[in-house]
Amino acid sequence: MPFDLTKIDTGATAWVLASAALVLIMTPGLAFFYGGMVRAKHVLGMLMQNYVTIALVSIVWVACSFSLAFGKGNGFVGDLHFAGLNHMNETLPGYVDNFAQVIPPIVFVVFQLMFAVITPALITGSTADRWKFGAFVPFIVLWSILVYGPVAHWVFSPEGWLFKRGALDFAGGTVVHINAGSAGLAMALVLGLRKGWPKEQMRPHNVPFTLLGAALLWFGWFGFNAGSALGAGNLAGYAFANTNTATAAALLAWIAVEKLKYGKATTLGAASGAVAGLVAITPCAGFVSPLGSIAVGVLAGAGCALAVRLKTRLGFDDSLDVVAVHLVGGIIGSLCVGLLATVDTNPLGADGLFYGGGFSLLGKQALAVVCVMTYSFTVSFILGKGINVFIKNRVPEEQEVEGLDLALHGETAYEFSTLTAGGGSSAVGPAHATASSASAREGVSA
Amino acid sequence: MKLVTAIIKPFKLDDVKAALETLGVVGLTVSEVRGYGRQKGHTEVYRGAEYTVDLVPKVRVEVLTDDLDADKVVDTITESARTGKIGDGKVWVVPVETVVRVRTGERGADAL
Repeated sequence: MPFDLTKIDTGATAWVLASAALVLIMTPGLAFFYGGMVRAKHVLGMLMQNYVTIALVSIVWVACSFSLAFGKGNGFVGDLHFAGLNHMNETLPGYVDNFAQVIPPIVFVVFQLMFAVITPALITGSTADRWKFGAFVPFIVLWSILVYGPVAHWVFSPEGWLFKRGALDFAGGTVVHINAGSAGLAMALVLGLRKGWPKEQMRPHNVPFTLLGAALLWFGWFGFNAGSALGAGNLAGYAFANTNTATAAALLAWIAVEKLKYGKATTLGAASGAVAGLVAITPCAGFVSPLGSIAVGVLAGAGCALAVRLKTRLGFDDSLDVVAVHLVGGIIGSLCVGLLATVDTNPLGADGLFYGGGFSLLGKQALAVVCVMTYSFTVSFILGKGINVFIKNRVPEEQEVEGLDLALHGETAYEFSTLTAGGGSSAVGPAHATASSASAREGVSA
Repeated sequence: MKLVTAIIKPFKLDDVKAALETLGVVGLTVSEVRGYGRQKGHTEVYRGAEYTVDLVPKVRVEVLTDDLDADKVVDTITESARTGKIGDGKVWVVPVETVVRVRTGERGADAL
């Protein structure tokens, strides 16, 4: 069916285009959020994985994964009708009647692209400091095709089986956060423990980076959630208000837990709480009331703050707590939809348990949570193990000690010593590189 | 001649410098160092994980002085660097065989 260009709403189109740009900035924001938490010798490795993910997924999305996510196909995966972004003059399958889009299909493509970018980027937090770049690249490409495409199809596309069952996910609690969190857990297990974890000191090297990154995420998230209204009206306003309210509540809840448990409220806790709130409100943003969003935020902030202890209890090295923040936060948010959704906010949504809708919606939400978790974890685990047959996932031990920055990218992030900085040293040759790596290590161990 | 070396809390450097200037000390060397004494560092908590930071940032102040002034320099540093809390640091004095001013080649007390 051809897309009717006369139905285009320019206000909605402008907002979704702006939102796409807002969501793009989240991935560099995430890079700095994570980058601040790793040690100084690994920070460029972290930033590089995130920036390269933007580039890789941007190409794969155009080539095929948009079509796999939003093409008609069957309930499980889309077809290749839109591969190479062909047929952009057609209405996207399922977006008719109540779901009819008032933005051009190509605008929807670029908006959804940014979600496809940040989802695998989120995985890099659990795998920090040890994933070889050459093994990371094929993983991201294949993961976008084999995991993101199908899962986005199930939940986001009106042709997907979970969508048809009535599971609600406003902006990606399952598709983005549970998906990335489960894959992060799988890859943390595939890669194994960082050398020295949990005994060795692995303090964050730049907490201000982490706070700046969290600010970019918070800012960009308005595009993520309010943009997912796919219009510039009442629903976008609710999504915006709910996003900010839940984030505020989660920030306060996380630092309150810290204060009670450890005696001090920390800046890292404030940044983590904000992100936990953003994660949990993602599926809820266009379905709950602003008061409901406070409940979502408190549950997420406190729940995720307590969940960070899981990795040391269970012994898996999820380096930067992707499981505790994205998987646990995503589950809290997705289930909260089943409790707190109300048709007063969104007539196309449903009523949750606390709004007289009974257990029906909660059951659908639980089904979506379990299915996305299981699929993402299983396929990611097999994919990680499979790539390892051809390219070893893990950097050699000496490179892990030296730092990914120098070992994989031939650079160091910081010049700690004035003796090796600037004009005094030769710009070429291994002598310079060795000197700067030695000073980088010194800075970390000190 | 003596070399007076003091390890002090970084935020006390300005006080120590001002006190030494008042005393008439015309030169000193300052460096940022790390270490621990009986204080044995401190703990930091990031997302619930505890880290023991056993090497704490300190400032080392070094002053060359003639034998007669050494005690006054030590007293001045001790008084100006003291907070009365744990981690205030240490001061020690060692004898110096000779001192040379690089520019003029002067030796001994003339070079101070």
